[in-house]
Amino acid sequence: MPLFSDEYYSSSFFDYLAQHRPDLTPGGRGGVPSAPSGPVPDEHRSAAVPPITRATTVLAIKYRGGVVIAGDRRATEGFQIADRRIEKVFKIDEHSAMAIAGAAGPCIEMARLFQTELEHYEKLEGMPLSCEGKANKLGQMVKANLPMVFQGLVVLPIYVGYDHKRGEGRIFKYDITGGRYEESDYYAIGSGGKDARNLMREHFRKDLSEPDALSVAMRALYTAADEDVGTGGPDFVRGIYPTAKVVSASGIADVEESRVQSVYAALLDGKKKES
Amino acid sequence: MPLPYYVSPEQMMQDKAEYAKKGIAKGRSIIVMEYQDGVLMVADNPSASLYKISEVYDTIALSGAGKYSEFENLRKAGIRHADLKGFMYSREDVTGRSLANAYSQTLGTVFSQELKPMEVEILVVQVGDNGRPNELYRISFDGSIFDERGYAVIGGKSEAVQIFLKERYKNTPPLKDALALCISALENVTNQKLPLEGLEIAVLARDRVGRKFRRVPAAEARRILA
Repeated sequence: MPLFSDEYYSSSFFDYLAQHRPDLTPGGRGGVPSAPSGPVPDEHRSAAVPPITRATTVLAIKYRGGVVIAGDRRATEGFQIADRRIEKVFKIDEHSAMAIAGAAGPCIEMARLFQTELEHYEKLEGMPLSCEGKANKLGQMVKANLPMVFQGLVVLPIYVGYDHKRGEGRIFKYDITGGRYEESDYYAIGSGGKDARNLMREHFRKDLSEPDALSVAMRALYTAADEDVGTGGPDFVRGIYPTAKVVSASGIADVEESRVQSVYAALLDGKKKES
Repeated sequence: MPLPYYVSPEQMMQDKAEYAKKGIAKGRSIIVMEYQDGVLMVADNPSASLYKISEVYDTIALSGAGKYSEFENLRKAGIRHADLKGFMYSREDVTGRSLANAYSQTLGTVFSQELKPMEVEILVVQVGDNGRPNELYRISFDGSIFDERGYAVIGGKSEAVQIFLKERYKNTPPLKDALALCISALENVTNQKLPLEGLEIAVLARDRVGRKFRRVPAAEARRILA
């Protein structure tokens, strides 16, 4: 018998699934690609691939005591709106959250799997993973999704966590190969990510207060929605607003919709006065 | 080829049972008791890091007496079972009954088919929410399963503890009384004063949101008892 074999010592739920129930992993094969498929001519691909729901601008911004993470609510299928109220920011555990951009189905699946993964580890080991450990694990899961990327099913997360050892909130971004990069101040991804980043660059200061950080985040989403068709702005008629969560030393908390609403009401007032 | 000696099945089972019982009797006792707002678990365990009580899922906890390595493997298997089920279906579909059945099957199969039976006794506990009652399952080394009410005891001197509790347990006490009763039962059978630091205490608290399992450190236990 091999010593320290994975069967008895691995504390990863993802590894367990890949080994025993590969049908339940993203991609259905435990992340291992089947026969390599040659390059497909572009015109064939666009004809064969059905429209995929894509979820769109999500961001994270640091403030004095932690991180605000927020996302818009729109999902699109080609030029159609697939969903106006989709949720792109997920609570992962008591001290971390992730927001996702990419194909909606696999994104939500990855968030769910990541939640289970961290809880599973905590229960088996008797203590939670470190903030760094959680971020690395998510990188491995993004990497396992790489074969799906070639089929057009991209999943890209932003991960935020509160690091108790360092006493600060942290932001991690990823690339499709699972590369993990830490951001020191703020970041945004998705089709409207660039617009959101531009706005945050203008308004970000070190040691923002929590209400100010929330306000910058909401303004960034507003700008992204203004410039990008894939991003939904605040919908005053239907009463749909972007969602946000706050991660701090005391844990994770949802920002109430009424607060988001009043941020946008103030923003709109300001715009009206300007014009 | 020499023929193996004939041993009657009865004799073989009896030997195995005796072996397992002997192994379990070496360990200390664990008590699980219903109180007004949930289920309390108290284990006589001087180690602060090698746990005998473990969280399994939102409303489910597990404790085991006997051989640590065997209990640890069973514990991991139980958590995998619960997490897989919760991931495949939904969190509310993970039940203590299904977990208790899985343990019963496993222990039963090992007892009848393997040369060495498992020297463990297990308690699967589920706190009932939304008006449902609590569930306490005791699973013995041979896979037999018992549905307990009020309290359940496993480990070395379990019978003596049971007799002690039978006279004193009155319908679902508050946490303070339940904890005091568990401690005095353990002290009674070990004939010594047990420091709170030498006890492993945990609760499944009904009023908590989401994961209901929580460990109770010695300092907090002292506050509860005061």
